[in-house]
Amino acid sequence: MKEKAETTAYSDYHKENMKRRFHITVVFIILIALFCTIIVYNINTGNVNISVADILRIIFLKEGDPHDINIIWRIRLPRILMAAILGGALALSGFLLQTFFENPIAGPFILGISSGAKLCVAIMMIYYVEHFGKMSSWSLVFAAFVGSMITTGFVLLVSKRIHNMAALLVAGVMIGYICNAATDFILNFSDDSDIVNLRGWTQGSFASMSWENVYFSVVLIGITFVAVFLLSKPIGAFQLGEGYAQSMGVNVKRFRVLLIMLSSILSATVTAFAGPISFVGIAVPFLIKSALKTAKPLVVIPATFLGGAVFCMICDLIARMAFAPTELTLSTVTSIFGAPVVIFMLIRRNQNRR
Amino acid sequence: MEDYYFRLKGLCVGYNGKSIINDINIDIKKGEILTLIGPNGAGKSTILKSITRQLQRISGTVLMDNRDILDMSFKELSSNMAVVLTEKMKPELMTCHDVVATGRYPYTGRLGRLTKEDEKKVDEAIELVHAGGLGARDFNAISDGQRQRILLARAICQEPEIIVLDEPTSFLDVRYKLELLSILKNMANKKKITVIMSLHEIDLAMKISDKICCVKGDKIAKYGNPEDIFDAATIKELYEIDNGYFDPVFGSIELPKVQGEAEVFVISSGGSGIGVYRKLQKQNIAFSAGILYENDVDYQLAKLLAVNVITEKPFEKISDEAFEKAKKEIAKCKTVINAGVTIGSQNERIRKLLEKAQSMGKLKFSNL
Repeated sequence: MKEKAETTAYSDYHKENMKRRFHITVVFIILIALFCTIIVYNINTGNVNISVADILRIIFLKEGDPHDINIIWRIRLPRILMAAILGGALALSGFLLQTFFENPIAGPFILGISSGAKLCVAIMMIYYVEHFGKMSSWSLVFAAFVGSMITTGFVLLVSKRIHNMAALLVAGVMIGYICNAATDFILNFSDDSDIVNLRGWTQGSFASMSWENVYFSVVLIGITFVAVFLLSKPIGAFQLGEGYAQSMGVNVKRFRVLLIMLSSILSATVTAFAGPISFVGIAVPFLIKSALKTAKPLVVIPATFLGGAVFCMICDLIARMAFAPTELTLSTVTSIFGAPVVIFMLIRRNQNRR
Repeated sequence: MEDYYFRLKGLCVGYNGKSIINDINIDIKKGEILTLIGPNGAGKSTILKSITRQLQRISGTVLMDNRDILDMSFKELSSNMAVVLTEKMKPELMTCHDVVATGRYPYTGRLGRLTKEDEKKVDEAIELVHAGGLGARDFNAISDGQRQRILLARAICQEPEIIVLDEPTSFLDVRYKLELLSILKNMANKKKITVIMSLHEIDLAMKISDKICCVKGDKIAKYGNPEDIFDAATIKELYEIDNGYFDPVFGSIELPKVQGEAEVFVISSGGSGIGVYRKLQKQNIAFSAGILYENDVDYQLAKLLAVNVITEKPFEKISDEAFEKAKKEIAKCKTVINAGVTIGSQNERIRKLLEKAQSMGKLKFSNL
């Protein structure tokens, strides 16, 4: 009798597994559908109305009103693509940091890493603009990467001393404030027109992206994404805790370095082109994991990337259109949607603990 | 030379380059169970962590199959050694089946996908720990005891040669404790898996282990076969017990005896006294016991709990000396309890004692 109960329990499990697989597939289909819809909707929305037929003709045949072609090809398309790529990168970078710190509220923005990258970019930019004119994508990203690594180093120093999740976050927020203050300070003393543009950038924006930016980001983030995806297995082991990960054959020290490097490349690329963007890194991985009902990196990594892309495209659309022709900064919008999610997370975690 | 599978040679372990426990030398054969016992904070976990390479050892060697485990890659080590740690595992959104399946990690491919073969091994491991019904449950939503079994299943399906467990029985109730340890025993016997663990329950440690290692201070206080380790003095010293006793015969722990003049004299034989002793102990009544043969099971406990025990050599007639002593004791006590004594040809004088107590109006039967 008991034996029978147990065998049904097994098949229960495998049935459950099938159900889970089906569920995950559905979530992916929804995400992809959302992604496509929003791209189309985004291109179609703006201060100048262009019909869908015209848009399709412009994109695929490159024919139509030269003015419209310009709007689509030089303004809307690169902006949308960047929102998608950078949004995905940002969400993924958050997921990696959460794994690294074993803390679901970690993210590049809240830990001050984005602000550190921003400070470094601002310093480099002022120096470059004075001496050489414009900065290349490479040097922008490189500066942001250096900034990210330095701030991450600080955060790590703090986290080594205090093994408390809340304290780590507070330290990160403080580091972020310091970097922001330093950036403001630097910008106050320079009034070059290029640098005035920087002010919009320091609040996060996908405006005025060039195709060069797009190509560069696609390549860099593409490579990093593949690398992260190939690390799904050790990331999964790491989710069980360091001790177990090691006992499963992960070289923990090397893996930690790799994780922080990849996460920094992702968030640095975002910061270099779009400035610091808040809450995407925390909110999106959480929403995705809740939707998928699993934290398996193999599915969470691509889903988080897609989710980040969708989230940022929606936020960008709102930033552009809510008070058109005035544009909101991107972080304004992401905060409005992201911060409540984080608060919800905190409440739910507390309830679970009880 | 004997064929040892796992050896620690002059191992020194500690934190941050500072040695806490020095010169650990242990040799165990394949399929043996080694248990570390010792007071809290003695460094049992430190030793285990050094064995699993979670901690860098200070000096010395850890040999598995005559190879230093430092010469192995983490991957190679992982297919030979599995662990159950004290650190709380808090996986997000994972079912028990998922957690067990992580044990297959060293055997899966680049992306960690399970094959049919892996799935079968996972199911087998779950069955082995009698956790069949838990597969689909959320790992965070089950009890500590169930969790411990799932973690053991995880270690089993890693198919190791050695399993290292850090206090696997904490949080478990008696039933699960016994179940867990018998699973380990079976694995050691049948699959020849070597088990290294730390335990708080010295009584269980004594019963399950092939080798015992007492950790105390900056060295291994004692190491050897359980028969040699478990005498009352060693345990008392190891744990610095000053308010109780360890009974090596039954492997049980006893509270300290009630001191003072004996108020009750207990007459019993063949285990009938044990319940009475305990009852008196709980009511804080000092008592003496007799006349007990030195091979009587009551004698083992009376020795620890009674103020005074009057004994006789096994299977001898009760001597005048013992008889007189007993009479004196009865005279002193307020009550004499007959806990149910068997009287035969050799101990007929017990009847005399009972009659005497009866005539003095002191005799009672065991129900207090």
